[in-house]
Amino acid sequence: MSRTAVDLWVGIFVTAGLVALLVLALKVGNASSVNETDGYRVMAEFDNVGGLKVRSPVKGAGIVVGRVDNIVYDSKKGVGRVTFLIDKRHEFPTDTIASILTAGLLGEQYVGLDIGGEEKMLKDGDTMKMTQSAVVLEKIIGQFLYSKAAEGSGKKE
Amino acid sequence: MMRALDGGIRLIGHMVGNGVWRLGSASRFMTQVAARSAMAFRRPRLLLDEVFFSGVLSLIIIIISGLFVGLVLGLQGYETLKRYGSAEALGTLVALSLVRELGPVVSALLFASRAGSAMTAKLGLMKSNEQLSAMEMMAVDPFARVISPMFWGGFLSMPLLAAIFSAMGVFGGYLIGVVILGVDSGAFWSQMQANVDLRYDIVNGVIKSVVFGAAVTAIALFEGYDSPPTAEGVSHAVTRTVVTSALAVLALDFVLTSFMFTGL
Repeated sequence: MSRTAVDLWVGIFVTAGLVALLVLALKVGNASSVNETDGYRVMAEFDNVGGLKVRSPVKGAGIVVGRVDNIVYDSKKGVGRVTFLIDKRHEFPTDTIASILTAGLLGEQYVGLDIGGEEKMLKDGDTMKMTQSAVVLEKIIGQFLYSKAAEGSGKKE
Repeated sequence: MMRALDGGIRLIGHMVGNGVWRLGSASRFMTQVAARSAMAFRRPRLLLDEVFFSGVLSLIIIIISGLFVGLVLGLQGYETLKRYGSAEALGTLVALSLVRELGPVVSALLFASRAGSAMTAKLGLMKSNEQLSAMEMMAVDPFARVISPMFWGGFLSMPLLAAIFSAMGVFGGYLIGVVILGVDSGAFWSQMQANVDLRYDIVNGVIKSVVFGAAVTAIALFEGYDSPPTAEGVSHAVTRTVVTSALAVLALDFVLTSFMFTGL
């Protein structure tokens, strides 16, 4: 098969295209997101999920260990049932506390996991017992105003 | 008054009827291309020539436009982000807007005007010179020999061109942001990597570019094959290729984006 200049150019073009794809995959994107196959699902119930979204990060000690997989409203209990997909390399004790936190003052919301001291580890399909809901700014302001008002009326007497 | 109304209704009816008719013949045309595509892959020399024609020759315009789009994104993004004190997010902004939207869309528009118009002109001229009829006379199937390799050449080139465009754009954003405006290099890359997901962002961008490539190539080939065999007919067909494929790319982009990126 004789080689021509067209072959060379097409070769250069295809190589450049594949290199660009590789650069995008490795340098620009993170290939480390948890796969369906190598993760396990854990549930938690929150009174208020705040601005948590599907695909929000789940962090242990500030490091991403999984993603939020699903959020549904449980109408019987009146709570938000959140499913996390956690990388199977990381194990958490059954008394882990899941809390919804905010990155920065106006940043996106994520789930922080604080580990407990239990020997047993969470398995696929388990539900976390202890959770801390998202902080709603209006409620805090309301409480603050209420306590201020109570303070003021206390001074008068 | 009645006459004008009558004429208007007739015109609308004619346009609708004609449009449906053309859609039908376009579908038949694409079925024929698909049916002969095995022939295109059995003769790699023809396919390679078409990849050269639509891919390699579009390389320069794609590289240069990608670089400049990245430079402009870097400048504009920096100006805006600086107001909120978050210039480090520049990497995320540049990479996400390129990989998700600008890469596939702008390279598809460039591809339509650079390679699509050339395909239409080539096929239209082959038709008006009766080269296609001559092939049929010699029992050479023009679909297998000419049209199907052209389609697959364009189909394979477009995703590669879009990837090159996005990579050049990110490089342009890096040049402006880090080298010239002094955003921290580590923050630029790490923020980008933290927020661009391989499957969600990059794979969806590649899917978009595949769809756009197929649409633009199909439109270009059909317009060329369907053009009236006159100088004016071919020139109108080339114009229609660019206009129709630009509109098709933008409409498809809206549809695909609403499927891909609004999942809660």
